[in-house]
Amino acid sequence: MASETSDPRNSSTHMPRATKILVAGGFGAGKTTLVGAVSEIQPLQTEERITTASIGIDSLDGVDEKTTTTVAMDFGRITISTDVVVYLFGTPGQDRFLFVWDELALGAMGAVVLADTRRLADSFPSIDYFEQRGIPFVVGVNCFDGTPRRHTPEEVRIALDLALDVPVILCDARDRESAKAVLVSLVTHAQRIARQQRAQRGAAAPA
Amino acid sequence: MNIPQHDHDEIWVDADAGPVVRPYAMTGGRTQASGRFDLVSMIMTSRSISGADVLDLGPEHEAILRRCQRPTSVAELSAHLNLPVGTIRVLLGDLLSRVLIMANNPDPVPNLPEDDIFEEVLNGIRNL
Repeated sequence: MASETSDPRNSSTHMPRATKILVAGGFGAGKTTLVGAVSEIQPLQTEERITTASIGIDSLDGVDEKTTTTVAMDFGRITISTDVVVYLFGTPGQDRFLFVWDELALGAMGAVVLADTRRLADSFPSIDYFEQRGIPFVVGVNCFDGTPRRHTPEEVRIALDLALDVPVILCDARDRESAKAVLVSLVTHAQRIARQQRAQRGAAAPA
Repeated sequence: MNIPQHDHDEIWVDADAGPVVRPYAMTGGRTQASGRFDLVSMIMTSRSISGADVLDLGPEHEAILRRCQRPTSVAELSAHLNLPVGTIRVLLGDLLSRVLIMANNPDPVPNLPEDDIFEEVLNGIRNL
C-alpha cells in the first residue's frame, strides 16, 4: 500500500491535512466542555514540558533559575473529510502559559475565547494575545446555569474593549448545537479575514 | 501491513542484541528531535515494517508504528502512549531518519488557509 517515499512532505500516500482551532479562556471557563461537546472522540490530554528561565514568573527575589513547567492541554478531533481534520485544543489562559501558545497558534485557523461573566478579566490575556498576533478570534460568553445575571453581548464587548468586528456570542459550552454555532461563527469570521488579507495582497502586488 | 510480534526471548539472546537496559529512559537522554513535528503533524508508517527494522528500537517506537498504520497526529500519539510531546518528537525523529514513517506537517507559513478549506470546515461543522 504505502510507497517508500523519503520526503515526508511529498508523499503519494493519502494523508489528511490537519488544522487547529484553539479554545482559550480562564480556569473553569468551560474550555474542555466545549471541546467535548463537538469532538468525535472523548477529549484526550497531551502534555508539553517546557524549560524556561523563571525570571519574573515564580522566581524568588534575585534568583534566576530554570524551571520546568508541565502544560497539559485537552484536545478533541473533528474529521471533516478524508482530506481535512480539525483539532480543537483547550489552552490554559493564564499569563504564565502564554509561551506554549506560540507553537499552538502557528497555522491555527482561529481561536474561541470563552469568557465567564463572573470573571471577565480572566479572558484578557487570551484576547491580548490573539489581537497582537492578528489571529482571528470570537468571544463565546459561556452562560452557565445559575449565573447570577445575564449580560448582553454588547455589554461584554464594551467590558472587554473588543473591536466592532469581533463576534461575541452567548453560548452554553455543554450544548452541542450551541458549541457548533460558536465554531461556525469563528470559521466564518476567519474566512472573512482571510479574504480581506488576500484582497490586500492582491492590491499591493498587482499581476 | 503487520508489525511482527516478537518472542522477546529470541531478541535478547546475546550482547549483539544491544543493551538490555536502555540508557536514560526511552530517548537516550535526548531532548531534541531530528525533525520538527507540529502537534497536528499527521504521522503514518511509510511501508511494511520488517522485524529487522525494529530490532534495535524500543517498544515505544514499535507502539508508534502500530498506532500510525493509519494517519495519527502527534498530539494523539502523546495522549495514547501517555508520553510528553517532547518525548514523542524524539522518537518520531528516530523513525523518520530510518524512513519508517511519513509526516504531513501543517503549513509553516502564518497565512490563513485557502477559501475552500474554510468552506469545507464550515460544512463539516454544520453537518455534525
